[in-house]
Amino acid sequence: MKPPPFSYHDPSNVGEVISLLGSLENPKLLAGGQSLMPMLNMRYVMPDHVIDLNKVEGLSYIKEDGGTISIGGMTRQRDLEYSDVMKAKCPLMHDALLQVGHRQTRNRGTIGGSLSHLDPAAELPAVCAAHDAVVIVQGPNGEREIPFSEFPLGYMTPATEMDELLTGVKIPAWAEGHGYAFVEFSRRHGDFAITSAAALLEVGSDGGITRASLTVGGVGAAPVRMNDIEQALIGQSGDEERFRELCEACREIDALGDVYASSEYRQHLATVLSRRALVKAYDRATGKA
Amino acid sequence: MGETRKISLSVNGKTYEEEVEVRFTLADFLRQQLGLTGTHLGCEHGVCGACTILLNGRSARSCLMLAVQADGQEITTIEGIAPSEEEMHPLQEAFRDNHGLQCGFCTPGMLTTLIEFLGDNPDPTEQEVREAISGNLCRCTGYQGIVAAALDAAQRLREAKGV
Amino acid sequence: MSGWKVFGSRAKRLEDPALLTGQGRFVDDIILPEMLHAAFVRSPHGHAKISGINVDSARAMDGVHAIYTLDDFKPHLTNERLVVGLPSSAYKQELDRPALAMGEVVYVGEPVAIVVADTRYIAEDAAAMVKVEYDILPAVADCRAALEEGAPLAHSSSPHNILAQFDMGYGEVDSVFANAPHVYSESMWQHRGGSQSIKCRGAVSIYDPLEELVTLYSATQAAHTAKNILIDMLGLNENQIRVIIPDVGGGFGPKLVFYQEDVSVVLAAKLLGRPVKWTEDRREHFISTTQERDQFWEVEIAVDDNGKMLGLRGSMTHDHGAYTARGINLAFNSALIVSLPYDVPCYHMDVVLAVTNKVPVTPVRGAGHPQGIFVMERLLDRAARELGIDRPEIRRRNLIPTEQLPFTKGLKTRGDAPVVLDSGDYLACMEEALERIDFAGFSERQEKARQEGRYIGVGIANYVKGTGRGPFETVTVRIGPSGKIMVYSGAAAMGQSTQTMLTQIVAENLGGDMENIEVVTGDSSVVPMGIGGSASRQTVTAGSSALLAAQEVREKALKVAAHMLEASEEDLEIEGREIRVKGVPDLKVGLGQVAHAVAGTPGYALPGGIEPGMEATKNFMIDDLTFVNGTAAVEVEVDPETGKVSFIKYVIVHDCGTVVNPMIVAGQVIGGTAHGIGNTLFEWMGYDVTAQPITTNFAEYLLISAPEMPHVEMGHMESPTPLNPLGVKGVGECGVVPAPAAIISAVENALAPFEVYLDQVPLRPPEIVEKIQNAAIS
Repeated sequence: MKPPPFSYHDPSNVGEVISLLGSLENPKLLAGGQSLMPMLNMRYVMPDHVIDLNKVEGLSYIKEDGGTISIGGMTRQRDLEYSDVMKAKCPLMHDALLQVGHRQTRNRGTIGGSLSHLDPAAELPAVCAAHDAVVIVQGPNGEREIPFSEFPLGYMTPATEMDELLTGVKIPAWAEGHGYAFVEFSRRHGDFAITSAAALLEVGSDGGITRASLTVGGVGAAPVRMNDIEQALIGQSGDEERFRELCEACREIDALGDVYASSEYRQHLATVLSRRALVKAYDRATGKA
Repeated sequence: MGETRKISLSVNGKTYEEEVEVRFTLADFLRQQLGLTGTHLGCEHGVCGACTILLNGRSARSCLMLAVQADGQEITTIEGIAPSEEEMHPLQEAFRDNHGLQCGFCTPGMLTTLIEFLGDNPDPTEQEVREAISGNLCRCTGYQGIVAAALDAAQRLREAKGV
Repeated sequence: MSGWKVFGSRAKRLEDPALLTGQGRFVDDIILPEMLHAAFVRSPHGHAKISGINVDSARAMDGVHAIYTLDDFKPHLTNERLVVGLPSSAYKQELDRPALAMGEVVYVGEPVAIVVADTRYIAEDAAAMVKVEYDILPAVADCRAALEEGAPLAHSSSPHNILAQFDMGYGEVDSVFANAPHVYSESMWQHRGGSQSIKCRGAVSIYDPLEELVTLYSATQAAHTAKNILIDMLGLNENQIRVIIPDVGGGFGPKLVFYQEDVSVVLAAKLLGRPVKWTEDRREHFISTTQERDQFWEVEIAVDDNGKMLGLRGSMTHDHGAYTARGINLAFNSALIVSLPYDVPCYHMDVVLAVTNKVPVTPVRGAGHPQGIFVMERLLDRAARELGIDRPEIRRRNLIPTEQLPFTKGLKTRGDAPVVLDSGDYLACMEEALERIDFAGFSERQEKARQEGRYIGVGIANYVKGTGRGPFETVTVRIGPSGKIMVYSGAAAMGQSTQTMLTQIVAENLGGDMENIEVVTGDSSVVPMGIGGSASRQTVTAGSSALLAAQEVREKALKVAAHMLEASEEDLEIEGREIRVKGVPDLKVGLGQVAHAVAGTPGYALPGGIEPGMEATKNFMIDDLTFVNGTAAVEVEVDPETGKVSFIKYVIVHDCGTVVNPMIVAGQVIGGTAHGIGNTLFEWMGYDVTAQPITTNFAEYLLISAPEMPHVEMGHMESPTPLNPLGVKGVGECGVVPAPAAIISAVENALAPFEVYLDQVPLRPPEIVEKIQNAAIS
C-alpha cells in the first residue's frame, strides 16, 4: 500500500494552481490529504501530478462580516472546531465537527477538501446544504459563486470544473439564538455517518417555528434538503409527535444501499434522526436544552 | 528512483537535510530514511492511528502525509518524547504503571495523540479520553489500561505544574 | 512456598521501556545493508485456472531484481507444499497450500508470484505490471452451498467439497430425545473475523553462503514450527536454518500458521544473495492471513419440567476455507466445548468442514470456543424462557458443582485424552457475577427504564475453556560466570508479557532480582525444540518448565555454594545476586562465583561433585488440558429505532488458578473481552457470491474503538489446578469466550417487549431494526 509514482507540485498562490490545473495531464489536488492519501496509498487513484495546496497563501481564514461567515478552502477542521466565531455564529458546524473523524484527522482535514471530496455521508457538506452556503471557486476566467444547492452534480461529483479550485465558502448565519442540531448515526465514534440529520430552527416568542431547515445526509447521493418538511414546520410548535409524522416523508428519499446498510435502513434512520434533530434544535431554540 | 526533492526539517529537535522521493509518505521517510522506526504503520489508510506523530505540536497521521510536505516543519516522534535517555515522560511512566500496552505496536500513536490531548485538556474525564483516542486502534488492551494511564498521566502532569 | 517476593505481584513489565520509547524491534523495523523489498502478485479471483504468467515488462522495470513464480522455485524445493495439518482421521481430502499458486488459484489473495525490488514502492509498481492470464472458474462462497448437490468444486481436482467429517458425543441421545418432555431447537449462524493484530505479518530473510545458513526473522507465534517446515521444504539440515521472532505486534492466532510468504522470502533471499524483507500491508492481511469465519448450527436441547438438561444434539457446518492451514481443530473445539460446564447426560454433534474459495480458516483468539459456548447458553436461555425459569436459575440447576470436580466428561480431546474438568467453582463464580451486575435488582431497573421509553437488558454466560495445551515447552535456566541469570525458551512472545512472566517465576527461586534475569524466547537456536504461543498455554507449559529448571539450578547453586562456604545447604539462602549463610551476612558468595566454580578448570574436579554448568533444562510434560472457567454478566441499552447497542455495565468473573501477575492477567481478560465485543457487535468479514472479499479495510471492517468499549469490571477467583506445579491455567483467550453469548442474551432481554429472538453473531444495527420490524409484522 504505497502511493504510485507521480510528479509533485507545491504552488504558492491560487494563480499558479489554476495554471497547473490547466496545463497538467491527470492532476489531483492535495488539500488536507485525509481522503486523497488513503486513496493514493491503496492506488484507487493514480494521478500523474499531485498539486499540493498546503503552501498556497491566503486560503486559510475564518471571517465574519454582516451576518455572513467566510471560510477559506484550506481552513483546517480543527481551526473551525476551536473557532469562537463558528461556535457563536454557526453552532451547527461546531456540533457536526465534533463528529467528524478524529483529532488527528481534524488537525489536517480542510473544509475545501471535504466539500470537494463530497462523500454523501460526510458532515460538512450536510452543514453547507443546511445553511444554504455558497461555494466560491476560482478558474482561469476568475471567480464564481455556486449556491450549495447546485454544487453536487451527483455522487461525489462537485460542480467545479477541471481547471477550477474551490477557494472558500460563505455561510449565511441564522438569527442569534436559533436552534440547531446535528444528529448522526455511525457505528463508531468518528466514523462517517451512515445517516445524518441537520436541523436549523428559528422560533417566535409564541413558540411557533418561523424558519426551518432540515437536511439529511448519507441517504441520497448528496445531502438532501427536505423542503416539504421545512414548509410544513412553519407555524408548528415543538410537538414531537407532529415532528414524527412530518419526518415520515424521509422514507421517500431516493436512497443508496450497500451491504453495510440497505436503502430501507438508511431511509428509516433518516426519519428517526430528522425527528431527533428537530426536537433537539427546537429545545435549543426555546432554551430547553 | 522516481522524482525526488530536497527537504529540510526538524525531527525531535534535530535538523535533517534529505533528498526524498516525492511519493514517499512521511511515515516511510521517518522509518526507512531516518531510521526512526518507533513510528509504526498499522493500516496505511488513516484509520488505526499507529503512525501518529506531532507536526508542529499537533497530532497527525504520518501515513497520510507526504514526506515532502514536512519540509520546513517540526516533527516529534515517540523517540523524542522522553526528556532524556534516563528518564521517561510522565505519560510513558503512566503507561507502564497502568499496563497501557501489551504488544506495544499501537503505543507510539497513543502517546503522541495523548500528549497533544493532555495539552489541550489537562483535566479530562474518562469519556473525553476515550474520544481523544478514538482514532487509535488497539487490539490487545481493550483500552482500559490506556485510559487509566492517560488519566493518571494527566494527574501527574497537573501535579508537576503545581495545579 | 512462603516468602514469595515477586511471584504473584503486580511487577512492572520488562517489555515496556523499549516499547514506550520507540526502541522495540518489530519485523518491519529490521533494516539491513543491501536489503531488498518484496511484494506479492495475488489472485484477484476466488477461483480460476492460470493459463499464463508474463513477467517480462515488470522484470524490465528499473529497480526490480527478480520475479519468481512456483516454476522458478521448484528446482530449490524438496516439497512444493506446506504440509501443516494436525493429524486426524476425519479428513476426506488433503489440501495443502503450494509455496506459490500451482496452476489454479482458489482464493482471492492467494500468492502467485513474488516481486523483489529496491523499495516496496517499486515492488508494488512491478507487481501491478505482472500479467497473469486467468480462466475464471465458478467459486464456492458459502459453506452450506458448498455441500449441496451440483455445487461447483472449490478445487477443480477435488472429488467434493468436504474437507473432513466427524461426530462426537456420549450417551443414548436418540432415546432420551424421543422420551423428553420438552425439546427446543434452534438454528444459529456464527461468524468471527480475522485477528487484525495492529502489526501485520512480515518476514526478513538473510542467506549467509559462508555458513550456508538461512536466517528468517518472522512475525510468527511458532519459531520451531517454521524451522521444521523450512527444513522439510528446502531439504536443509538442522544447522542450516535459524528462525528468530522479533517483537510481534499482536498474534491472536493466525500468526501461528506458517505461510507461503515465509518460504518465498527465504528462497528469494537465498537466490539473490541479499537480505529480503516483506511486510504484509493491511489489505494483504485481510485477504491472505487466515481468519475464523462462518459456522451454521442446527441444535436441540431436551429438558425436563424443572429445566434440568436431559440431552443436547445437533449438527454444525464449518467454513474451512480453501486449504488446510492448521487442521480440523477449530471445528473440533467448537463441538467439544458446548456441554462442558454443565452436567449434560447425553450429547451428540455431527460436524462437517466445507471447502470454500476463501482464505483458509484457522484459530483466532478463542479458537472456536465462543461459538460452542454461544450454542449452549442460547439453548439454556431458550429453555428458561419456554419453561418460565429465571436464566440464572436454570444454570444453577445444571452447572457441575465443585464437589464433583474433577469431573470426567464422556468426550476426548483431539489427542484422544479424556476431557476432565480439573478444578474451579462454577456456581460460585456465576453467583459473584450476578451480584456484581446486581441481577436481583435488574427487573426494577428495567421496569423503570421502560417507563422512560428506554430498553435495557441483562445477560449472562458461563464458560470453561481448555488451556495449557501440551505436550511441553522447553526452558533452560542458566547462571553464567557474570552472575546474570539467563532463561531460554521455545515459547513465543507477541504481547502477552511472556518475558515478565518467566522472569517472575525464575526470580522467585533465584534471588528475587528481576533485573538480573534475561529471557530469550522465540529463537530456534537457543533451545532445540519448541511449540510456541497458542491455546493460552505458555504460562502453564513454559512457566512450569521454568519453575522446575529454576528449582534445579537453585539446588545446584546451593550445593556448590555450600561447598565453597563450607556451610550446610539448609543454612543458605539466595538473596539478590548472592548466596549467603542465614544470619551471617558476611559469609556469602556471588551467583557469578558459583557459576564460575562449575564452569570447569582443566585438570581440577568440580566442587561438590556436581555436573558442569550452573544450568538446568526442563520439559514439564502435560497431557491434560487445564480448564479455566468464568462468567460474563452484561447490562446493555438498545435503541430500537437505530439498532445501536451500548453498554451500561460489563462484568467478568474468572478463575485462571494461581495468578503470576494480576496486572497482566487483568490486561489479558479485558483485551479478550474487547475482542469478543467486537466479534459480537462490529466485526464482519464479508464476501460476495463470487467469493470476493468486500471488507478489506478498516473503514469496512470495524474494530472496536475506545468510546464504544465499556469499562470492564473484573472479579478474580483462584482455584489452583493440580495439573501443574504452579497451579496456573491459561488466560489469554478467556475474555473473548463468553462475550457473544452474554451480550446477545442481554440484547434479547432488552428487546423482550418486541418479542425478538436472537440466534446470530455478529448482530449489527440494521439487523436489530429489521428484526424488530419483522416481529411487529408477524
